[in-house]
Amino acid sequence: MYLYDKYDQAMVDARVEEFRDQARRRLEGKLTEDQFKPLRLMNGLYLQLHAYMLRVAIPYGTLNGAQMHALADIADKYDRGYGHFTTRQNIQYNWIKLEEAADLLSDLAKVEMHAIQTSGNCIRNISSDHFAGAAADELVDPRPYAELLRQWSSFHPEFSYLPRKFKIAVIASDKDRAAMRLHDIGIRIVQNEAGEPGAAFYVGGGMGRTPMIAPCIREFVPLDQLVTYSEACLRVYNRYGRRDNKYKARIKILVHELGAEEYTRQVEEEFAHLQQQGIEPPLAELERLKTYFADPPFDDGPKTVDRSDPDFALWVDRNTIRHKHDAHVSAVISLKPIGGIPGDASADQMHLMAELAKQYSFDELRVMHTQNIVLPHVRIADLPALWARLDEAGLGAPNLDTIEDIIACPGLDYCSLANARSIPVAQKISERFSANGKTAALGELKLKISGCINACGHHHAGHIGILGVDKKGVENYQLLLGGSEAEDVALGKITGPGFSEDGIVDAVETAADVYLRERSDGERFLDTYRRIGIDPFKEALYG
Amino acid sequence: MKLLTGNDLKTGAVTWWTGHDWSIHIEDAINAGDRADEIARREEAARRVNAPYAVDAEQRDGKPRPLHIKERIRALGPTVRPDLTLKPADPDHREWVI
Ligand code: SF4
Repeated sequence: MYLYDKYDQAMVDARVEEFRDQARRRLEGKLTEDQFKPLRLMNGLYLQLHAYMLRVAIPYGTLNGAQMHALADIADKYDRGYGHFTTRQNIQYNWIKLEEAADLLSDLAKVEMHAIQTSGNCIRNISSDHFAGAAADELVDPRPYAELLRQWSSFHPEFSYLPRKFKIAVIASDKDRAAMRLHDIGIRIVQNEAGEPGAAFYVGGGMGRTPMIAPCIREFVPLDQLVTYSEACLRVYNRYGRRDNKYKARIKILVHELGAEEYTRQVEEEFAHLQQQGIEPPLAELERLKTYFADPPFDDGPKTVDRSDPDFALWVDRNTIRHKHDAHVSAVISLKPIGGIPGDASADQMHLMAELAKQYSFDELRVMHTQNIVLPHVRIADLPALWARLDEAGLGAPNLDTIEDIIACPGLDYCSLANARSIPVAQKISERFSANGKTAALGELKLKISGCINACGHHHAGHIGILGVDKKGVENYQLLLGGSEAEDVALGKITGPGFSEDGIVDAVETAADVYLRERSDGERFLDTYRRIGIDPFKEALYG
Repeated sequence: MKLLTGNDLKTGAVTWWTGHDWSIHIEDAINAGDRADEIARREEAARRVNAPYAVDAEQRDGKPRPLHIKERIRALGPTVRPDLTLKPADPDHREWVI
């Protein structure tokens, strides 16, 4: 876990009091909404469809039990008893009152949390692999590097008013569980031929209205130049990013328009210049940060478990992941009950997850960008007891990475930018596939839904993606096939004309049936799609 | 007809112009007609509403209803959490939204 030192705490506390004063002046009429809006957005406070919405940063999705308890208390005290875990590994509250927002931020600061840089044209919360520090396949724990960049990017004076928002992801394994190449900067910790650790930089990815996969601009940056190289990437963007046109202002457009080669040349030039400025923190600082993420005391317990209960065995097969220590697993708590709202958790459920983390996972939790929660370090021997508690609380759905494990953005039920509702579509699809019994046969099938072109629901990157559009005031849904945000990254293709709310549910089933009919042994939906192409799907959909 | 809507400054709650005040119930809304902009400016300056704007609407069964689905959802609350909408105990109350 990251830990605040006295400077961090003092900065966050001061920021709360600054916001308290700004909110007071707004309520007294000394600030207009136009003057206040940028100030509240800097503190994560939006005005959404029904009320103020607050987005709280969860650095690289890592939090401890006390923090999860605090998030639950906030849901009860300041909201309506629940929160929404997002595709940015954060949490949002939908019903916040301006007159109480500073008190809320003060409660957050007591558990070393805040909402700073969760909005605005700055470097946002750094995301990472939700199995970091636990995954059997990782080279190293990526979080110390993410933490270094978090400290560098927090309140960075030069990068507080970028042309547009800026998102960074850090991973450290061949498997990409953080959609790394769909970020403004994706960093992968690698080893060179001499066995030295460094970082590969991918720059200019993103979703939104112009989705792009980030090209690799440098395969190896030594770790003692991580901050300097990041600074160089940002400087070139800050200088030349399109401030004149909001829709062309993201770094992906700059990299695309300049060409990756020219952008890289400029970054290298800036990098050479910056290296003489000595902005890089000493490697000792990175070593110090690593101590925050030291392994908990894993013990050598049993490596197998009694699987005689078929429901339990199914959950183990679907929702637990191999751990670097073989007497443990990472357990995924599904926030996708059949017919439920993806990513929503009640205060009671949050309290329970915090308790279970304390009891079974060395007090650690992670938020996945797929809107589930991870207990990263669970003893295999503890799995039956853990599952029983989860199942009892409605948190035991065995559906990780299946068609029922849908990403859905808040959509028109909550979001003022939306064109169509996302959540009811997700609910209907999970109900349909639970009822028709095809989920198991379909295996890994990642379905992602966005309520507008901003793509918070990652629809471009779904094996099946759904995009809500407004067709003369009526909700309409486009279907996309073939996307992926993993190491086999790809952007989905639109199949053709859109569908009504019920029509899109049928269309998803039709596409799933084409896969079941056409697949070869061992192929996932995505593999079959890549082999046979879009035409058989179009034929079945529009025939 | 044109309804005038905005949010309560302190609580963020969605509110509708009633002709003399702001109500959370769309049934209380009146046609602001071509005075919408002028009323919006005056009320916002007095901090009785935040970020007001006019929406197109019609009378349905004698009640004012926005033409666009976004404003209808805004008027009542999230369609996926009927327990959090206004008048949650009355399912008929939601029929006009979708
Ligand atoms: S994708 Fe659009 S509708 Fe969905 S949360 Fe993002 S902005 Fe809102």
